[in-house]
Amino acid sequence: MADQRPDPDALLASVKREERRAQRGKLKVFFGMCPGVGKTFSMLRAAQQEMREGVDLVVGVVETHGRAETEALLDGLPVVPRKELVYKTIRLLEMDLEAILVRKPKLVLVDEFAHTNAEGCRHPKRYQDVVELLDAGIDVYTTLNVQHIESRADAVRQITGAVVHETVPDSVFELVDQIELVDLTPEALRERLSEGKVYMDGRAQAASENFFKDTHLTALRELALRFVAERVDKRLRELRSTGTLNTVWRSGERLLVAVGPSPSSTQLVRWTRRMAASQGASWIAVSVETATPLVPEEQRRLEQNLSLARELGAEVVVTHDTDVSEALVRVAHQNNATQIVVGKSLRPRWLDALRGGNFVDRLLRIAGSIDIYVVPQERAAERPPTWIQWRPATLSPAREYAEVFVVIAAIAAASWFIVPHSGYLSVGLFFLLAVTMLSLRVGPGPVFVAGVVSALTWDLLFIPPLFTLYIAKFEDWLMFGSYFVVAVISGQLTARVRAQERNERMREDRATALFHLTQALSASKTLDEAVFAALRQADAHFGAQTALLMSDGNGSELQPHFAGSFTLNPKERAVAEWAMRNRKKAGRFTDTLPSSEGFHVPLVRDDTAIGVLILKVPPGDRLTLSQRDLAESFAAQLAQMLEREQLRAAGEREKLLAESEKLHRTLLDGVSHELKTPLAVLSAAVENLATANAATQASLAHEIRTASRRLNRLVNNLLDQTRLESGALRPKLDWCDGHDLVNAAVDGITEALSGHPFETAIPKDLPLFRADTALMEQVIANLLLNAALHTPPGTPIFLAAGVETAKSRIYFTVADRGPGLPPAMRERLFQKFQRGDAARAGGLGLGLSIIRGFVTAQGGDVVAGENPGGGVVMTVYLPYVAHGDVPVE
Amino acid sequence: MSPAKTTILVIDDEVQIRRLLRITLEAASYTVIEADSGRLGLDEAAGRQPDAVVLDVGLPDMSGLDVLRQLREWSKVPVLVLTVLASEDEKVAALDTGADDYLTKPFGAAELAARLRAILRRAPEENEPSVVAFGEIEIDLAARLVRRAGAEVRLTAKEYAMLRLLVIHRGKVVTHRQMLRELWGPKAEENTHYLRVHMTHIRQKLEAEPHRPRHLRTESGIGYRLVED
Repeated sequence: MADQRPDPDALLASVKREERRAQRGKLKVFFGMCPGVGKTFSMLRAAQQEMREGVDLVVGVVETHGRAETEALLDGLPVVPRKELVYKTIRLLEMDLEAILVRKPKLVLVDEFAHTNAEGCRHPKRYQDVVELLDAGIDVYTTLNVQHIESRADAVRQITGAVVHETVPDSVFELVDQIELVDLTPEALRERLSEGKVYMDGRAQAASENFFKDTHLTALRELALRFVAERVDKRLRELRSTGTLNTVWRSGERLLVAVGPSPSSTQLVRWTRRMAASQGASWIAVSVETATPLVPEEQRRLEQNLSLARELGAEVVVTHDTDVSEALVRVAHQNNATQIVVGKSLRPRWLDALRGGNFVDRLLRIAGSIDIYVVPQERAAERPPTWIQWRPATLSPAREYAEVFVVIAAIAAASWFIVPHSGYLSVGLFFLLAVTMLSLRVGPGPVFVAGVVSALTWDLLFIPPLFTLYIAKFEDWLMFGSYFVVAVISGQLTARVRAQERNERMREDRATALFHLTQALSASKTLDEAVFAALRQADAHFGAQTALLMSDGNGSELQPHFAGSFTLNPKERAVAEWAMRNRKKAGRFTDTLPSSEGFHVPLVRDDTAIGVLILKVPPGDRLTLSQRDLAESFAAQLAQMLEREQLRAAGEREKLLAESEKLHRTLLDGVSHELKTPLAVLSAAVENLATANAATQASLAHEIRTASRRLNRLVNNLLDQTRLESGALRPKLDWCDGHDLVNAAVDGITEALSGHPFETAIPKDLPLFRADTALMEQVIANLLLNAALHTPPGTPIFLAAGVETAKSRIYFTVADRGPGLPPAMRERLFQKFQRGDAARAGGLGLGLSIIRGFVTAQGGDVVAGENPGGGVVMTVYLPYVAHGDVPVE
Repeated sequence: MSPAKTTILVIDDEVQIRRLLRITLEAASYTVIEADSGRLGLDEAAGRQPDAVVLDVGLPDMSGLDVLRQLREWSKVPVLVLTVLASEDEKVAALDTGADDYLTKPFGAAELAARLRAILRRAPEENEPSVVAFGEIEIDLAARLVRRAGAEVRLTAKEYAMLRLLVIHRGKVVTHRQMLRELWGPKAEENTHYLRVHMTHIRQKLEAEPHRPRHLRTESGIGYRLVED
């Protein structure tokens, strides 16, 4: 880093660019997953806050939809009336762009970013109005739902079936300075819906029932969260691209490869990697977890395949769905993938038919504009025998099968006694009931078995002739056949619905966990705070103990972060170091050192590991694949944040450099001007002095005195500022007499004050207080000088002092009747090289900065305020303690 | 002592300051000796026996305080120290080391002349006048009496002691530490509020405008000075 000192010209250019950017208005978007989450509400609340802080804002357009809570927030906000347009006999109200531009507020609220304007408006789309406002230097708050983003509209349509008409191109998002995610859980949203707090316009009304389905909401929420997370990521990438690292993809192509547990997936991954490299594209590896559990062997192979993909540079996504092809397309849309790569199935066709059609055919049907590559698999490759996939029955926990047999046996036994009274046909209904009930408790495999076994039992024990599988009567055949089909199908369907539900819940949990993490990270002010929050989230979500090791970037030893909930023993530490060195997962549930206690995930950014996250679950518990995947997402988020922190620090350094550059220029310009003016006066006056007559000599001498005082003041200010900045200022607190202080201060500047009526009001009994006399004298002198220099001659200046015993402080106040200061200027004035607009008399703008420096060094404070009736009041506060006794004589 | 016979030694490394001081002082009829280093200054002080010394504290070869310390080992010659702003500690140190007064750069010619007059006026102790008068105040040091416009003013013992100290060193600054040590002993050196409280009382008894004192002046962060005019 040390050898990469930025070139000053580039720095200057970037400062200028920043300035131009600073001139454009700032756009803040309140972003939500769907209508009704409270975006407008949040926006108005933020606006109220700004209003309280004195920001000049107006409401351009806000749709309250008649909701009282929202309308209440509009109270007190100035509204620019909307413009009325007549369109084919319909009267429409639109935002009055021209009026806002004329009014030129600091901030304007524009609801519903994606709105389409009525004909006759300046722009067809509201976001175009917003762009014009921004260009005019006006800040804008607006609201937007994820469905209105062009690239996401498709995904939303697929999720909800609702067609979105009003969209905003993604490019507009380049203008967004800040996104505030307005999040609500699906339950909370439906509650609001049932309370009638959500408004839908006519078009969406029809789709609304569909729209607000729980599953849809979860998916929309995930979409919104992802979008915001991506934005953050994009910002980061932009940042990175301005640095030395330049890893921007060449093309807009993005490949997606479906990865399964089969060994042929390895070839698929490698093929995709080659393809991606040749196109200069980024790529994603997707694994779809279905309801069918994997055997440990398959699980291991799947993880290997995913690790390989990760190693080869893919982004890995694990998702849950009962339908693999749908899941792939969904992920493709979410990640803007343009090509999907799948393996050619080696399964016999009849098997495909049995499982609801060929997977590739289905994929082709639903993929739309996404290109599909079907890559043949090499037969030579070791391939698991197909029966493995048909073995789930023997793989599910034996308990479920035991339960199936026990229940069927019990029903059979009970029926044995009932048959004489009810006939054997009703027994079929008992069995059907049992199978359906079972499907609510056990997996699809056992349910299938229950269907088959119960059918056979019924036939064997109850359908005449008894104790044979033979069925005599035709109607019994019909009964038996129907029973068999109904039992198997209904059982399977129920099991499938349950599996879907479970997946849905898992996805929701995942989204929520990620959301909580993101929130915790973004709400934290410091890195340590963020790490602490993240680890507590991890503790809670995985039911694990967590630890974090971080490298300080110098290649020295890994340091444990204090927020970890357990301490690593030397063995675990060695595992962590391996994970760090190799940038691979290690420890339990992995191929490397699986006997260790912890699951070690490296935090990797740009090919370097910056730390290791370690999860330790109790020996009996396991982390599922999706949990491990989530753990990796956690790690990725953490890594991203750590990197962001590093980038921020680097950026800060850069900014500091630029700032100091700017400062030096200002200083040089300012100082040379400030020095040259009195010097010019001096040399001219001195030259004329010899030849001038007596009267002129006197006035020249006066000019020389004034100029030299000015020079003296300037040099003193520069020295004081240097003293403050070098930290060499050590106030020497001593007992001070307020009268002495003011006298000394005023004595030094009588000449400067002579143009103004000057009054002091210091109580005769003002007690002694502790301060550095010399510093305070200068503070008061500088305050008076400022007042004298920055107000028109003849206007009065007041100096007052007093004690606020309750607050244990003493104050000195200097008030003037000058032009005053705008509120925004007040705080800025205390920064160095800042000068009020009315500053006539030159100066470097160091006075107030020095005052603040001196006062805070003594434990006090200085504030600028408004003088009722015009002018500025500067008040200096110092802590006050009564002095000790004076010995009695 | 008439100025004509009065010799002033100027110890300063800056040639411009020395030249300026020479012009100013010779205009006021003093005789000026120059030294551009501490070592040379000490030699000149020993050899030429000046009536007063103007000493810059920032010298290249040795610190002005060291010059002062060495000088004070064998001489009681009045010394006026030149310092820069924002160095109260330096001023106090110089005064405590034995300087008679200080002057902050940049300074005016009139100020310099006044300070020099004040330190030169210090008469041999046996000739100390017993009555000192300024404004409407009259102080009889022998009788321990203070009168204001002819009427006797009652001061407490400490108030009188403080006033006496200032009167003896009138025209010159008396440091806080000096006052505290003499009046309350070495342990009280930090208790400057004693001085502030007593000074307030003295001013109320003697000054026409106690809060804008004419005679009993405060030297911020350093001490007090009695100004006669």
